[in-house]
Amino acid sequence: MRRPALLIAFLAGLTLLGPAARIHAQAVSPPEDPPVTAAEGGQTLDDILARQRGEGGARPLRDIAAPAAGGTPPGAGPLGTLGPVSDSGQWDRFRHGTEKVTVSAGGDTAKIVIQDGGMWWQKTRVATAPWGGYLLLAMIVLLAVFYLLRGRIRLSHGPAGITIARFSALERFAHWLLAGSFILLGLTGLYSLFARQMLLSPPGTANTEAAILARQGGAPAETLLAYTKWIHNNVAWAFILGLILVFVFWVAHNIPNRTDLVWFAKGGGLVGKSHPPAKKFNAGQKIIFWAVILLGGSVAASGLSLLFPFDLPLFGKTFAVLNQLGAPGWIGLDPLPEQLAPQEEMQFAQLWHAIVSFVLMAIIIAHIYIGTVGMEGAWDAMGSGEVDLNWAKEHHSLWVEEVEAKSSAGSTQATPAE
Amino acid sequence: MKAMLAAFAAIVVIAAGANLGLKHAGFSSGERQAAPSVRLD
Repeated sequence: MRRPALLIAFLAGLTLLGPAARIHAQAVSPPEDPPVTAAEGGQTLDDILARQRGEGGARPLRDIAAPAAGGTPPGAGPLGTLGPVSDSGQWDRFRHGTEKVTVSAGGDTAKIVIQDGGMWWQKTRVATAPWGGYLLLAMIVLLAVFYLLRGRIRLSHGPAGITIARFSALERFAHWLLAGSFILLGLTGLYSLFARQMLLSPPGTANTEAAILARQGGAPAETLLAYTKWIHNNVAWAFILGLILVFVFWVAHNIPNRTDLVWFAKGGGLVGKSHPPAKKFNAGQKIIFWAVILLGGSVAASGLSLLFPFDLPLFGKTFAVLNQLGAPGWIGLDPLPEQLAPQEEMQFAQLWHAIVSFVLMAIIIAHIYIGTVGMEGAWDAMGSGEVDLNWAKEHHSLWVEEVEAKSSAGSTQATPAE
Repeated sequence: MKAMLAAFAAIVVIAAGANLGLKHAGFSSGERQAAPSVRLD
């Protein structure tokens, strides 16, 4: 009889102790945080899902962390999940740039932990890059159609068999320094922009662990990208030197004048059979020259800004000047931001560098076409520097007259007086 | 064509020179981002 009695007593004890044990468990568990409603500035599940879909942008700063003096924020008890500071509040302040950050190196740039403003750049970059490629393809197609319709522009009266010096060795050196470096920069720039998407993560390729490890081991695409960066950064100096030399050598010949209007009126000789008169450079070549100088100069400036990150900011000051002129208002825009984060300076520089480069590449493709397959005799000008006299008379008649006048004047002076 | 080939050779020389020059001028990322308390090499 004693054993059943003990068992009953044990069970009765458990029944009595149960609620007490539950009460104790409730006492040590952290208090549940009161839910923050949307009306109080909190975010709902719908808010989070909308942000993940890329809608709505950044939510406003909601300082939920700052604990009152001596108070304990929700969830920050001894067994709380948040420790002494609310994680979400701290990350909010990082995101909005209100958190005090001290760094050992890197200066103001490194103090920006989350650069929320960079999202528009990333989206714009991804969205606009293919359009740059389409622009180049469109130019190639346009030139192919032009070639099919017009064919090669040939010498109307055939070659004369006599040549005339068009460009000195130094002029051709400067041209090829600029041209060779530009082609290298164009190809490596395109590779840097598109290879990341096309080679590192080709469409339809899973981002598997094996693929990631292969990249870390230096897969061919990454190795090539590393060389590409080296070429792009270092060949840039040859481009800048070529740009300066070409400007110095040819600027005097590229000042617009009335002859250019006649050239435009006659369609530059590209349409029809007539050849409008031109000096050393015709109006079409002047457009190429100024496009190379202005767009190339702008690409070089933004390239230098990218080459020395954060040391050569360009856009904050440029935007301030544009705002003073009221330029944004001319096209219905609000004033441009003048206070830019260091990272934003780099982002504007990258976009500008790429967009202007694409425009310049499209122009240069047309220049390469007309200088090679598009026009008979044009290549010799930059090849040997000597062009056929008939070619010179057809395309640069005023220049030939100038050269012949100088030549005859020189020979008259050289003839001893009798 | 000599001018063209000379220009292409100049591009190679300038690129190699720029690389060496910038290294010695202290413009590598490691040197720019380093500080007495942070060594990046």
